Amino acid sequence: MPLPSTSKHEYITCDPDKCIGCQICEYVCSYAKTGEFNTFRSRIRMVRDHKILITTVACRTCENAPCAIACPRDALKQDPKTGVIKVDTALCDGCAWCIEACDFGAISINPRTKLAEICDLCEGEEDGPQCVKWCPKDALEKTTPDRRAQRSRRKLAREEILR
Amino acid sequence: MHGYSGKILHIDLSERKSWLESKPEKWYQTYIGGVSMATRLCWENITPGCDPLSAENPICLANGIFAGTPVPVGGKFGLASKSPLTGFIGDSLSGSWFSTSFKRAEWDGIVIHGASEDWVTVFVDDDMVEFRDASHLLGLGTTETESAIRDEFGDDQVRTACIGPAGENLGRISNVSNDGRKAGRTGHGAVWGSKKLKGLSMRGTHGVEVADSEELLRLSLDILEAAQGPHTQKYRILGTTSNVLNMNKLGLLPTKNYQEGVFEDAELISGEYLHEHYKAKTIACAQCPIACEQVGWVKEGPYAEAMSHIEYESLFALSSNCGVNDMEAAIKAITNCNELGMDTMSTGVTISWAMECYERGIFTKEDFECERYPEGFEANFGSGMAMVKLTEMIAHRDGYMGDLLADGTQRASTLLDEERDMESYKWAMNIKGLETPGYDARALKTFALGLSVGTRGGCHNRTAAYDPDIKGQVDRFSVDETRGKLAKGTEEYAAVYDTLPLCKFIRRCFTGKADREGAWPAIAKLINATTGWDFDYDDVDLIGERAHTIKKAFNIREGWTRDDDKLPYRWKHEEMTKGPSAESVVTDEELEYLKDLYYEAKGWTPDGLIPKEKLVELGMEDVAEDIGV
Ligand code: SF4
Ligand code: SF4
Ligand code: SF4
Repeated sequence: MPLPSTSKHEYITCDPDKCIGCQICEYVCSYAKTGEFNTFRSRIRMVRDHKILITTVACRTCENAPCAIACPRDALKQDPKTGVIKVDTALCDGCAWCIEACDFGAISINPRTKLAEICDLCEGEEDGPQCVKWCPKDALEKTTPDRRAQRSRRKLAREEILR
Repeated sequence: MHGYSGKILHIDLSERKSWLESKPEKWYQTYIGGVSMATRLCWENITPGCDPLSAENPICLANGIFAGTPVPVGGKFGLASKSPLTGFIGDSLSGSWFSTSFKRAEWDGIVIHGASEDWVTVFVDDDMVEFRDASHLLGLGTTETESAIRDEFGDDQVRTACIGPAGENLGRISNVSNDGRKAGRTGHGAVWGSKKLKGLSMRGTHGVEVADSEELLRLSLDILEAAQGPHTQKYRILGTTSNVLNMNKLGLLPTKNYQEGVFEDAELISGEYLHEHYKAKTIACAQCPIACEQVGWVKEGPYAEAMSHIEYESLFALSSNCGVNDMEAAIKAITNCNELGMDTMSTGVTISWAMECYERGIFTKEDFECERYPEGFEANFGSGMAMVKLTEMIAHRDGYMGDLLADGTQRASTLLDEERDMESYKWAMNIKGLETPGYDARALKTFALGLSVGTRGGCHNRTAAYDPDIKGQVDRFSVDETRGKLAKGTEEYAAVYDTLPLCKFIRRCFTGKADREGAWPAIAKLINATTGWDFDYDDVDLIGERAHTIKKAFNIREGWTRDDDKLPYRWKHEEMTKGPSAESVVTDEELEYLKDLYYEAKGWTPDGLIPKEKLVELGMEDVAEDIGV
């Protein structure tokens, strides 16, 4: 099955060449969203596999979000303007169908409340996504797939021409 | 209490049971965490005078006060047992996710007693303790063991500290590994192996509760920003390997088993060369915004696929000190040590001892015969291939040589000198049995003092007394009456960091100044926001003195005397011939004078024992009862 198409919406992306795996993003996210220092409750997660593969993953704000479609209780709603997935805590019962539907591993179930938790791009924060703001290596960016592609093209062109 | 759970977990491997101990707040304020608390737990739970490889020697872990919080470089824990290498305290530090899982499982410390009959791993899942069969993990390297255990649970949040084959084989220079980081020195691997403990895994799911989380986050983020500036530039770009050329320039880069301090091919084993040709990635410990770990990767040739993070101390030991100018062989040897679970420094310095024996004709090719290499091999200085082969042989105790070297230079030289009536102790580079670090102390006299009195032997990290010497604060070639105080000051400064623990590379990021005035007030704020205590400058300063004192007290109870504070024969009797540090030795007279100054500065007796009043003053009444004079 192909990956669900990512959309025109903004999402948080990580540059694995820059990421050092420090988890600062996880600490600030968990604090911003839950008031706790607990990387288990971060909506962005660092992955380290093998000695040098390190990156972080958060929600990709998919078009026709498979997580929302999968939810049997209609607890997940996608904001049509931003693509952000909203969890209705009254409806969510932690069944984890959404987790199975998400190919990015972007959802986690809070071990205490048993509710789904998903990146909301820090909508409420004045200074935007906290993980992006505090990543010490500027590995994170809030962007759209198209802007991300433009950047890659620019980088490639520069490297090719200036080489 | 905030920042702590107030609970210590005791695990008995013989009886396969576990229990909980609560400690009062005063105890936490005295011992804090890291190496200090781990040593205190060892003090309380060991049978004094026991064989380090017996069931009576406990494994003691103490977490960091800042583990699991955003405090930069605070994701570390301390590990202590009686060292099978030195017979004194073996206190180590290690970083990474093991410590944050440990914290989230809500334990401040863990004491592992007894010994298992069959190989086990212990799994601590929040407050549950499970003993698991480990027979299928035997022989696996450290990375393999960690991933095998993670795969069994199918959960990345299960983090493991474990031993490799070297620890299973009770090599006294073996260590404990977690997330690629090491509790590296003093032979912890053999202690774990003697208990048939292959690994300790932790999973913790709780948030870490602190007194003032908003303040702690604010303080942390300020430090985080400062850590991207010039204060850590050296570490971020080349990491510790930048020391190779610096030390070589000063004539202090150990070369051919400390015969010289200048290596003609230093360029080829420099951090700069590593960066240009072999660097695969820069990575960080948990909670660390600096990222000093430079991963080296050999892509082709006889050592293809070797990949490991390369630190200066590993690099000097497994290149210049063996006379080897081949970076690829160094990366391979370091990878072997890390995967097989051995201290890179002790392994390298032990190999260089063997190479010197070979060059002097004491060892011959046949002495290196084993199943793996039935023909034996030549082991001259400069042979990268011999160095790499020996790392494998030591881990597995292969043949005569692997078995001899697996217990470090002190035991190897004693055995050899008895068997063959030789004097190889004269080039066995260890202090109290622990192999010496990558700075030649003949021409760093404050450092020589710091090393000789060091509670865990030849360790640069615990004394840090090279600092005034190298910075030119004092004349590094001579001695004077300031050195006792300096050595006390640097070791207690280091002990503050090792106890919290915070990585020392952050030391300039609080205010731009690394000294006590620059760092202690900022550290007090972090402690207060975490615990709700009211620590000030003096309280922070006392953390270091107390930490160092409990380690020393432990050694005294294990039979330490003034004569144990010594230096290797070579540093006292043989001069280097090349470079700016040539023609210098530390004479007996100088050393004894320095020790007098040091004991006095510490407020100890001329025999180096601790007066009762001193211990009482530090809040260590029960220790005063036991060993105070
Ligand atoms: S804060 Fe940045 S560098 Fe650190 S783990 Fe997150 S994305 Fe990677
Ligand atoms: S949670 Fe997963 S499936 Fe849902 S929108 Fe985000 S990335 Fe897509
Ligand atoms: S944007 Fe906000 S919610 Fe999303 S991962 Fe970053 S910090 Fe967390």
